[in-house]
Amino acid sequence: MTPPVLRSALDREDPAFVANASAMRRLVGKLDELLDEAAGASRQAATARHRARGKLPARERVALLLDPDTPFLELSPLAGAMTDYALGGGMVLGVGVVEGTECVVAANDPTDLGGALTAVSVRKLMRGLEVARQNRLPHIQLVESAGGDLRGSGAADEPEDALRRNLTHFAESGRMFHDVTELSALGVPTISVVFGSSTAGGAYLPGLSDITIFVRGQAKVFLGGPPLVEVATGEVADDESLGGAEMHAAVSGLADQLAEDEVEAISMCRDAVAHLHWRKAGPGPVTARPDPPVHDPEELLGLMPVDLRTPVEIREVIARIVDGSRFEEHKPRYGPTLVCGWATMGGFPVGILGNNGVLFSEAAQKAAQFIQLCNQVDTPLVFLQHITGYMVGREYERGGIVKHGSQMINALSNSTVPHVTVILGASYGAGNYGMGGRAFDTRFVFLWPTAKIAIMGPKQMAGVMEIVRRSQLARRGAPVDEAVEAARTKAVEDFAEAQSLAWYATGRVTDDGIIDPRDTRTVVTMALSACHSAPVTGARHYGVFRL
Amino acid sequence: MTRLLVANRGEIARRIVRSALAMGIETVAVMALDDESPSLAAEADRVVRLPGRSAAETYLDPEILVEAARRSGADAVHPGYGFLSERASFAQAVVDAGLTWVGPSPSVIEAMGNKLAAKATMAAAGVPVLPSVEITPGADLGDAVAGALDQLSFPVLVKAAAGGGGKGMRVVARPEDLADAVAAAQREAAGAFGDPSVFLERYVVDARHVEVQVLADDHGHLVVFTERDCSVQRRHQKVVEESPSPAVGTALRAELMAAATAAARAVDYRSAGTVELVLEPSGAFWFLEMNTRLQVEHPVSEAIHRVDLVREQLLVAQGLPLSVTEAQLVPTGHAVEARLYAEDPGAGFLPATGTVLEWSPAGEPEVRWDCGVATGTVVDTRYDPLLAKVVAHAPTRSEAVRRLATALARSRIRGVTTNRDFLVATLRHPEFLAGSATTSFIERSGVALARQPTPGELQRAAAAAALAAQAERRARAEVLASLPSGWRLAPMPPQRVRYEVVGGAPEVPQASPASVPSSGEDGPGGEVSGGAVGDPGRGSPRHVEVTYRSQGNGTFLVDGEPVGFRVHGGGWVLLETAGWLHRLHVHRVGDRVWVQGPDGDVALRELPRFPDRGTEAPVPGALSAPMPGTVREVAVAPGEGVGRGQLLVVVEAMKMEHRVTAPHPGTVAEVRVHPGVTVAAGDPLVVLAADPVPPEGA
Repeated sequence: MTPPVLRSALDREDPAFVANASAMRRLVGKLDELLDEAAGASRQAATARHRARGKLPARERVALLLDPDTPFLELSPLAGAMTDYALGGGMVLGVGVVEGTECVVAANDPTDLGGALTAVSVRKLMRGLEVARQNRLPHIQLVESAGGDLRGSGAADEPEDALRRNLTHFAESGRMFHDVTELSALGVPTISVVFGSSTAGGAYLPGLSDITIFVRGQAKVFLGGPPLVEVATGEVADDESLGGAEMHAAVSGLADQLAEDEVEAISMCRDAVAHLHWRKAGPGPVTARPDPPVHDPEELLGLMPVDLRTPVEIREVIARIVDGSRFEEHKPRYGPTLVCGWATMGGFPVGILGNNGVLFSEAAQKAAQFIQLCNQVDTPLVFLQHITGYMVGREYERGGIVKHGSQMINALSNSTVPHVTVILGASYGAGNYGMGGRAFDTRFVFLWPTAKIAIMGPKQMAGVMEIVRRSQLARRGAPVDEAVEAARTKAVEDFAEAQSLAWYATGRVTDDGIIDPRDTRTVVTMALSACHSAPVTGARHYGVFRL
Repeated sequence: MTRLLVANRGEIARRIVRSALAMGIETVAVMALDDESPSLAAEADRVVRLPGRSAAETYLDPEILVEAARRSGADAVHPGYGFLSERASFAQAVVDAGLTWVGPSPSVIEAMGNKLAAKATMAAAGVPVLPSVEITPGADLGDAVAGALDQLSFPVLVKAAAGGGGKGMRVVARPEDLADAVAAAQREAAGAFGDPSVFLERYVVDARHVEVQVLADDHGHLVVFTERDCSVQRRHQKVVEESPSPAVGTALRAELMAAATAAARAVDYRSAGTVELVLEPSGAFWFLEMNTRLQVEHPVSEAIHRVDLVREQLLVAQGLPLSVTEAQLVPTGHAVEARLYAEDPGAGFLPATGTVLEWSPAGEPEVRWDCGVATGTVVDTRYDPLLAKVVAHAPTRSEAVRRLATALARSRIRGVTTNRDFLVATLRHPEFLAGSATTSFIERSGVALARQPTPGELQRAAAAAALAAQAERRARAEVLASLPSGWRLAPMPPQRVRYEVVGGAPEVPQASPASVPSSGEDGPGGEVSGGAVGDPGRGSPRHVEVTYRSQGNGTFLVDGEPVGFRVHGGGWVLLETAGWLHRLHVHRVGDRVWVQGPDGDVALRELPRFPDRGTEAPVPGALSAPMPGTVREVAVAPGEGVGRGQLLVVVEAMKMEHRVTAPHPGTVAEVRVHPGVTVAAGDPLVVLAADPVPPEGA
């Protein structure tokens, strides 16, 4: 396939480019710092204690499990950012290659609260299971977890407030056990390697796995530990006899393999993956040696404006992330605020939809058609989001913007080819939905550090709220204190701004991670390759299009 | 002569075929059933399979060889060297079969075959000989020695009367060691030549081994060549040979040539032969023996005299006159030959075995390679460990020697341990370069028996090996092949590879003025961060660890330092670090990897990421074979109590008898071998249970 090479009008000397690049470099610097922290820079003492017990840190376990020199797509490394929890979410999660097979690897980090399952790590764990299920990737857990995070909110300063604010409940937990065994039923292999505690509910994770490997003298798997057993039945028993690796390997049968040490356990896990003889169900890349982009990906740093209201020539982004910078554009003259077209990324054919301004009716219709075209030929979709939303205003409402936006969302929602989304900048309102937002079963969503996700822009949000407040005051005939209003509006805007930041989103595991813009092609290629582990089949049926 | 059968194998068979081909004579090669030499098979016109598997059943069986000649329609037989080349009965059998024998007449071979008789003949002809004392088998040693003590002073040399090539030869420094040495020499002589007769001779200390090539035809022509010097020897076997000798001046040369002429005339010699002499520092020389065949080192004479000695042999065998006269034999320049053996100099020159995984003689500088092996050849202990002879010819000795060293150093010979690095060290040793090496050179000079790569060189080699393996893995990846090597989104541990350094001297040699001039002490060696783990204990393996992570665009952080890496094709890689662009050749077979740089080859073995879970634990107390070979003697039986140092088993390989002794007192629990069986290195021979420590107070 040799569509034309995109031309670039980029000027590296342009002051705007220079300013953008320097702002982006600062953000990437912050990203790197946070990644270092998440990878353990902030838990050195705990890591040293862990090592002193002869154990490997989670990242070393993962590194040893992966095939040498293969890439590893880590997911949600900054889970927990802007929360009360530690960065990383107590878990290393990603898609990596084991014995030539792409697998989901989830490793508890015992240096973070002993690997306890916090609200953040549960989200991450569930996300891992989802990635395995959606993409038909074998699922490997490297287990060492103190169990549920029992700290709760009882110790909060205002217990009553805390109770009222908290809308989660134990009754909705436990889905992970469902999902693990569902994977098995779907024919997706599950492997648990137990390096330490996996007790109480946690005992079911290995219990429900297809293959279990326990490390001698370290694995500890039981429903009730010595204190609970003593309270419940009066029986006095120690850890090893209740749930040691040797007991499970020889007596209970919970362990399939008994490893002498961690390294052997990892080696056994690799053997187990090897014997799966896993075959990917997708067609795979069209070439194993794709051309790199003609235009320098380094320049991606200078493309996103500091002020996200400024539109971006999305073809400049496409030119730096697709193979050979080659792009076959669909309907280039129609609905020009959405650029659609075909390319390959890392050899994988994709249909790209990239925002080039606000979505108008024509753009939405073009999108609906393009999504159907890609489904017709089983081609995955890549969304490049920089969208403040669908156009509003009388003319546009009359023109059927809701109808046309609905067509686009219908096509997207019922599309069955994999979707991968990169949020470059603004991702506001229905724009987030229509452009492959997280809630639309998008296989992978990655953020550039400049991404901002919200129901609307912070200024708009603050402005809307101010208008509402002023009209309430006017109804009551109350006077408007301009200073108070200004302060309130500012506070709303600041809060909305903070809540829209990439760090905030990624801390809550509502995406798969913030990436260095220069890594976009690599990350999307790995995501596409993961998607190709499952069949890549387009939709033949959609909801009723409101025409 | 229209069709010549070459009754030999290896490099000499190919060398003879080459000359015959040039003369338009068809060639027939012979090969034992289990001997494969694809190159010989390709070069000879016909190949006859000899119906046997051991040398004794094939290359040493006159009947089978004569039958092969008859079957192939050959009308002549060239014996090469070794095997039956000096067996008069074989020559006779060839003649009796109506075929042409390429060599001197059976009677001359016979006359020279017995060293004692030969010495007598030469003494009668006025050639100086050393007095000797014959020890007839079964005779009382004491009597024999006592009767000749006035003629002998220690050290003495014990030699096989029927021998040649150093077999059965032993130097004895003290009278009390004589009996053992004679017994061992008799055993070896009986095994090798079928005749246990040995004799004693004064051992000339600091001698040189010089020899004179002669060539004679049926027309009364005798030409004598400039002498060869073969003083660098290990275990009485030549390693480096040259011509002319750096120790021989014009006057002495004339004397040597006169002696050789007298010797050849005394037996009415015909064909090519060599008069071997021992030269004392005083200039006195003595006849050792006359070899009635082509010598391994004949190419040095060919080089400086521009003569094809095989061609002359074939001319003489056909009754034709020699193509050269002595007047035409004006030597030009200097030639030096090195014998490349499959052996481990660091382990007492024990023969080495294995498969030649890469055989790439250096294209530059130009030297003569007579090769018996190629990539894929299996080298075992059944045959001579000579892999190739390498000959450099240059206007001056120094140039020839340095050129040979360079050619050897630049060659890639992998898969089998060789004496290559030792040869290079010898050729570059100041004593050898000065021309003053004698037969005791190896023992006295402290020449490095194996190369000792610097820590920097090891680290660099390991980095090249690791990155080359990385590139290979990326190239054949089935998923995510186009992605950056080892790409990570968040910090992860680097890629880590550990290598064991294979071979090399286990310790730094005491004296190494010979150490190879490296590319500079202040050069690359010192700059790469050293992760080479020095080895405190002798014999335990040295390890090198490499960590790396890709930085993109062909740059890696290797042990924390930026290193540029590029695959250059044909096994070459470029490693750019700290102002150096290292061009290194990496060859990997399984877990073994060789990295060649300007200072030579570094052999590594990649340690597995995961220890092999299937390996069997070693048998406790088992004593294993130190080298591949044949069990000659089992001196103990199960249940027998043995003392520390007591002989258990004798293993023979090539020209060495290796005695396996008890490392501690104990009881023989098991004997796993019997005389005659072939063992591989590491095979358990005897299981020895340590004596229980007597209980206290007992």
